[in-house]
Amino acid sequence: MAHHEIRLTGSGGQGLILAGIILAEAALYDGLNVVQSQSYGPEARGGASKAEVIISDSEISYPKVDKCDLMLALTQASCDKYIDTLKPKGILIADKSVDNIPKRDDITIYILPILETAQKDLGKPMVSNIVALGGIYEITKLVSRDSLEKAVLRRIPRGTEMLNKKALEEGYNLIKNHKEECYGDGC
Amino acid sequence: MGERFVKLMQGNEACVDAAIAAGMKFYAGYPITPSTEIAELSAEKLPRIGGRFIQMEDEIAGISAIIGASIAGTKSMTATSGPGFSLKQEGIGYAVITETPCVIVNVQRGGPSTGLPTAPAQGDIMQARWGTHGDHSIIALYPWSVREIYDATIRAFNLSEKYRTPVILLMDEVIGHMRERIELPTDEELTIINRKKPSCPPEEYKPYKVNEGDIVPEMAGFGEGYRFHVTGLTHGESGFPSSNGEVAENLIRRLVGKIEDNKDDIVEVHEYLLDDADMAVIAFGSTARSAKSAVDILRTEGYKIGMFRPITIWPLAEKQLEELSIKLKKVIVVEMNVGQYYLEVDRVAGKNTKVEKFGKVNGELITPEEIVSYIKEGNHA
Amino acid sequence: MPSNLVNEYFRTENLPHIWCPGCGNGIVTRAIVKAVDNLGLNREDTCVVSGIGCSSRASGYLDFNTIHTTHGRALAFATGIKLAKPDLNVIVITGDGDSSAIGGNHLIHAARRNIDITTIVFNNNTYGMTGGQYSPTTPTGDKGTTAPYGNIDMAFDLCKLAEAAGATYVSRGTIYTTNMLIKLVENGIKNKGFSFVEAMTICPTYYGRKNKKGEAVDMMTYLKDYAINVAAYDKLTDEQREGKFIIGELYKSERPEYTEEYQKIINSFAEEV
Repeated sequence: MAHHEIRLTGSGGQGLILAGIILAEAALYDGLNVVQSQSYGPEARGGASKAEVIISDSEISYPKVDKCDLMLALTQASCDKYIDTLKPKGILIADKSVDNIPKRDDITIYILPILETAQKDLGKPMVSNIVALGGIYEITKLVSRDSLEKAVLRRIPRGTEMLNKKALEEGYNLIKNHKEECYGDGC
Repeated sequence: MGERFVKLMQGNEACVDAAIAAGMKFYAGYPITPSTEIAELSAEKLPRIGGRFIQMEDEIAGISAIIGASIAGTKSMTATSGPGFSLKQEGIGYAVITETPCVIVNVQRGGPSTGLPTAPAQGDIMQARWGTHGDHSIIALYPWSVREIYDATIRAFNLSEKYRTPVILLMDEVIGHMRERIELPTDEELTIINRKKPSCPPEEYKPYKVNEGDIVPEMAGFGEGYRFHVTGLTHGESGFPSSNGEVAENLIRRLVGKIEDNKDDIVEVHEYLLDDADMAVIAFGSTARSAKSAVDILRTEGYKIGMFRPITIWPLAEKQLEELSIKLKKVIVVEMNVGQYYLEVDRVAGKNTKVEKFGKVNGELITPEEIVSYIKEGNHA
Repeated sequence: MPSNLVNEYFRTENLPHIWCPGCGNGIVTRAIVKAVDNLGLNREDTCVVSGIGCSSRASGYLDFNTIHTTHGRALAFATGIKLAKPDLNVIVITGDGDSSAIGGNHLIHAARRNIDITTIVFNNNTYGMTGGQYSPTTPTGDKGTTAPYGNIDMAFDLCKLAEAAGATYVSRGTIYTTNMLIKLVENGIKNKGFSFVEAMTICPTYYGRKNKKGEAVDMMTYLKDYAINVAAYDKLTDEQREGKFIIGELYKSERPEYTEEYQKIINSFAEEV
């Protein structure tokens, strides 16, 4: 039985909820069961934000993610806050801006320049969520590439297709080209 | 011809799509977390199908406008959360006594007052039952999944049209906001009920006369050639105010009776692994999802446990709870409050079985593990 | 013998009405019916919505599509009716307390939207139904059962309120100047937008007695002497204006009407299809 619980964390405005929705929709295209939920504070921008996705080949009852298999952390604050919810043998994908990498030797850690890639290479910080999805895909292959691309195109604003395709591509490349930035057991 | 299709949908979104499928043509409301998506999506979708949306100046105006629109012949809905639900209570009482079909959605959040606006709770179970003033009965439904939100919304409209009464659709922040896979029913699979229009000419029409064999009076709409009067004062068949005690007594008893006497039609429950069980968890809405997981875990450890989930919260599933109580050694009511539905379960089942409650009010969904450990510790005790 | 107007537009089986001897509400109700008759509105397509209070009982006596709603909410109900069926003529009957205290928020927002509803406020300066408490239009210093030492609140000028909130037709009449009142209601109904007609009426039973205003006739005489037509009012000196109030058409303007604007949105999708 395949059952994956994913927690995407960062600050409000980074598009994590949209990333969660896209990932969930991609899994749905693959014929899997999926639940996406979120928790948020009163802030529309800033503050702590997280989106959670459960992908499973069987029925999902409890809809929330407690301990997760995969965690994305785009900020130091969110990394510190949620790192203990990552299961042993779990995968942490942290943005390069997270300076204090958690001291856990039971997990695999990838440090990727997600925000920098969106900001500098693509010139649009708002696509960092899509860059992150590219990275998540390349590391986990939780969903098929076709489904992921289809889900991205369905959920992003019209007229930004090229930009988002590029962002996804850059996300794949972060793993393909930056293997040396992977720490922990998995490397 | 409807094509069955699968999509990722949010609970609040399923509510709007289902309302439109049920025939909703009017929505009036006021934004409040965590129900706001229902207003936003109604605003977007209604004019596309020739319906109308209005953001009113307050919650009271929202319920008032939908009652007005319904009396003018239009299926109508509003949505809110706890504080707004309180403000709508006088209007709900008006809809009860005037027998106006309408649907009121309450996506529950932590309370009282502003409480925990972005967090789930189930603190309005009793408010749904007794929130409005005066003697009355009420219908309240509480789905647990996005697909069931779709079905329950359609059923809420159908029951409201059939019994000419406001129907409350309870949800909570978890099921309102979560997205999951939903396989939408085809048009052929849907049953849509519309209020019965007058079968007599206007000069013979008595707006509150129940014809032989009917449950409720036939309902004309404003502008349909039947000039009738609607009032929140007690009234007889003519619809005009009356302070005659017998008229009042008959009216109130008829309004309560049309719901309480038709429980077999209205009450819907979900039973899970109860056939051989000696113990059951009773839960509804998002909490029932945790309860089901807990039951699955406990079953693997040899517990003979099942789940009883009322989908119709009000009127109470009294018969079903009573039958259950005879069979079981213990029932545990699990709800995100300090014990509301528990009070009714204890009243009905308490004489035959042990009734316990397990609740949480910190704004977090009760987890399966918490239920499992409560049941294990309870058994050891 | 009831007049033809009564036979035609009233539900005579529900008469006599509950209003006290000397009450002015019957005169305002007749003025509304006369205006409807003059305009030749179809009763089937006309809807009378009222709130709670003495005035709001009028809906039950009138032979239209009628609804007696909850306290203060007549305009919110009427908004729902008008949006559900924009072709209906919607008339709201309300009182000073109903429209400007408990329902004040609905009044300003209905005016702001310029929704095609004609609101007639029966202003008797008191809460009559509950026994003479002070209302938002009770003059400062006057008494009510809840203002035993004199009212310290400032009274609302409802017409100014309606105008400021966006109503496109605002007028005030009295039960003494009935022909004018009929005309004001008529023009209010004719206006495509939110119309506000304040009808100054009298409550000899509570407000009159509590404030030693005399019998009904004395109160009518007061309306006759102190209500000044808008044209005449302009010519008065400040001294002469003391204690007087203006009647007549106080404000008219043109602005897009709410249900028509919404219809444009609906039509834009119909065209798309």
